[in-house]
Amino acid sequence: MADIIWVYGEVVDDAVTSTTLEMTTKAAEAGAAEVILLGPAPEDAVELLGRHGAGKVYRSPDPVFRDYLTLPAAAVVESLIRQHKPAVVLFASSYGGRDVAAAVSASLDCGAITDVADFTLTDGAVEAKIPALGASYWNTSTLVHDDVKLLLVRPKAFEPAPNPKTPVVEEIATPDDAELRKVRLKEKVTAKAEGPQLDSANVIVAGGRGLAAEENFDMLRELADLLGGAVGATRAVVDSGWVPYSLQIGQTGKTVKPDLYIACGISGAVQHLAGMKDSKLIVAVNKDADAPIFQMCDLGIVGDVFKIVPQLIEEIKARK
Amino acid sequence: MDIVVCGKIIPASTVTVEIDPATRRMIRKGVAHELDPAAASAVEEALRLMEKEGGTVTLVTMGFNEITIGIRTALAMGATSAVHIFDDALAGSDALATAKALAAAIGKKPFDLIICGTESSDSYSGIVPGQLARLLGVPPVTFANEMTVEGNTLTIKRQSESGYDVVEAELPALVTVTSGINEPRYPQLKGIMAAKRKEILQMSVEDLGLAADDVGEQGAREKVLEIGRPPKREAGDVVEDDGEGGKRIADFLAEVKVL
Ligand SMILES: Cc1cc2nc3c(=O)[nH]c(=O)nc-3n(C[C@H](O)[C@H](O)[C@H](O)COP(=O)(O)OP(=O)(O)OC[C@H]3O[C@@H](n4cnc5c(N)ncnc54)[C@H](O)[C@@H]3O)c2cc1C
Ligand SMILES: Cc1cc2nc3c(=O)[nH]c(=O)nc-3n(C[C@H](O)[C@H](O)[C@H](O)COP(=O)(O)OP(=O)(O)OC[C@H]3O[C@@H](n4cnc5c(N)ncnc54)[C@H](O)[C@@H]3O)c2cc1C
Repeated sequence: MADIIWVYGEVVDDAVTSTTLEMTTKAAEAGAAEVILLGPAPEDAVELLGRHGAGKVYRSPDPVFRDYLTLPAAAVVESLIRQHKPAVVLFASSYGGRDVAAAVSASLDCGAITDVADFTLTDGAVEAKIPALGASYWNTSTLVHDDVKLLLVRPKAFEPAPNPKTPVVEEIATPDDAELRKVRLKEKVTAKAEGPQLDSANVIVAGGRGLAAEENFDMLRELADLLGGAVGATRAVVDSGWVPYSLQIGQTGKTVKPDLYIACGISGAVQHLAGMKDSKLIVAVNKDADAPIFQMCDLGIVGDVFKIVPQLIEEIKARK
Repeated sequence: MDIVVCGKIIPASTVTVEIDPATRRMIRKGVAHELDPAAASAVEEALRLMEKEGGTVTLVTMGFNEITIGIRTALAMGATSAVHIFDDALAGSDALATAKALAAAIGKKPFDLIICGTESSDSYSGIVPGQLARLLGVPPVTFANEMTVEGNTLTIKRQSESGYDVVEAELPALVTVTSGINEPRYPQLKGIMAAKRKEILQMSVEDLGLAADDVGEQGAREKVLEIGRPPKREAGDVVEDDGEGGKRIADFLAEVKVL
């Protein structure tokens, strides 16, 4: 019988996350995929998971799982694991996924492997591939015990693919312990960006500290608009408050794989590269010829962004 | 208010860290170390709270040798005292073993708030704080871009995929702070002098009341089997801007049919 692999499913901004579907696809390839989906979700969520290979869905639509962070979900996942003993549980390296995985790994004393880019499961033993030290190394790691193996998976590690199943749905009861309602969500503030979203954009124009000031991002927005793309940024820029965190690309931001990535005034720190190095084509503009970004780009121009980007914008307008 | 800050002492940002193929661990010997910037942000947040509410700030760090350099930095910034966990038996500890050691040290005294970085700058698993909260039985309040304490309630702005969430919990609690939450202060001469007289309490695995197989290589659930280098991406054309750089890019975009 195939090993049972669970996926801790997540709904963000009223949609099942793409990482949930990526993990479900992979779980169905490596074993028998089952998904835990807690809290309000779109009506077609179970069907969607089934289309990606889920044979079973543990489900509760109770808003408790949305309105109280981490603790109710961790308690349910813990008790389900104790009851059903899956071989592996996959969590996304997301805000929600990371917190629930951390709590479960401590209470079941089983540990977890983080930042997983790929894994194999052979006779209950897991081997996970993880980029280390900002992807300058690759480690292969395992968990040395016979209990459940918890893995935190990087976004876009796997391709979601159709694998239609009709999942069995098992309803989950909500634990009514008041102790689990200690971390309260009071308000959600969404700053929806207009135009294509970073996660799915085919073209990304990203800016770094070399842009020098918040208002200079306008020129990147104009370039992105002309190319039908989205704007991204480095952590240095986000920390300076020039753009919101949702635009951060890198190890602690988004992982992106566009067809074209244009890096403007970005040095190419390993933590930034970790989030964009799998882009199909990379163009870099930087005034420092020794900037590490030039070691991995398809086209690099050593020069001033304030001259090159406006010229590029004019050139594109002229050719359209 | 008694605040505990968990922070790591890590190889300095100027050092290119290598992995020893034999032990499969980071090479730390002979390498310059510093207070993790993630920890510095946590210390800064703690100090601001202490300045407002009174009380103490204790840095708790688990390190792999006697290096106190980064600990002194936190004390010079203004932390009241420090607990330094080190023991040869800790080598090879994974995240959970680290969390167990930290929990044992922190659990010895009452506290109101624990502040951690969302992830460390060198290993960045990001799961130690969540494990620690679970082991100590306090609510985990994570990814704070902003935090305030009013009375007994901690309120944060929590980073989210598309903006932020306002999240709250009663103390005692554990909070993790992002790198963007503040600009950590630099230690001043007066602080540096004062730091020399502040207490650094050293603790071994035995002092913590842990068994040797709770931590270190024996306690670690995660084991590294193999390390390797990823294939390098081939660098393409890198050219000096001759005044036509923008046009050169437009030509390239046309070539690859983006234009
Ligand atoms: C744990 C951890 C996690 C991290 N996570 C991330 C992450 O997710 N994403 C991320 O991006 N970073 C991350 N970082 C930070 C990362 O290490 C770098 O500090 C950051 O990526 C640098 O951003 P930058 O390239 O914008 O700035 P810098 O490194 O300062 O580079 C600016 C570049 O602009 C160039 N420049 C200046 N002026 C001009 C001009 N007029 N024209 C052309 N070029 C110019 C300079 O030559 C320089 O190369 C992380 C760090 C740590 C420790
Ligand atoms: C199998 C294995 C073996 C290892 N062996 C070694 C080794 O021999 N030597 C070695 O130096 N490292 C070793 N490490 C790495 C080390 O154990 C990690 O640093 C540890 O797991 C903490 O994880 P992190 O840095 O990813 O913490 P994160 O979860 O990313 O850290 C988040 C926050 O938790 C707190 N925190 C984390 N670690 C500490 C700490 N040590 N002290 C105080 N606060 C902390 C801080 O607030 C930090 O900002 C090993 C790791 C593995 C997986």
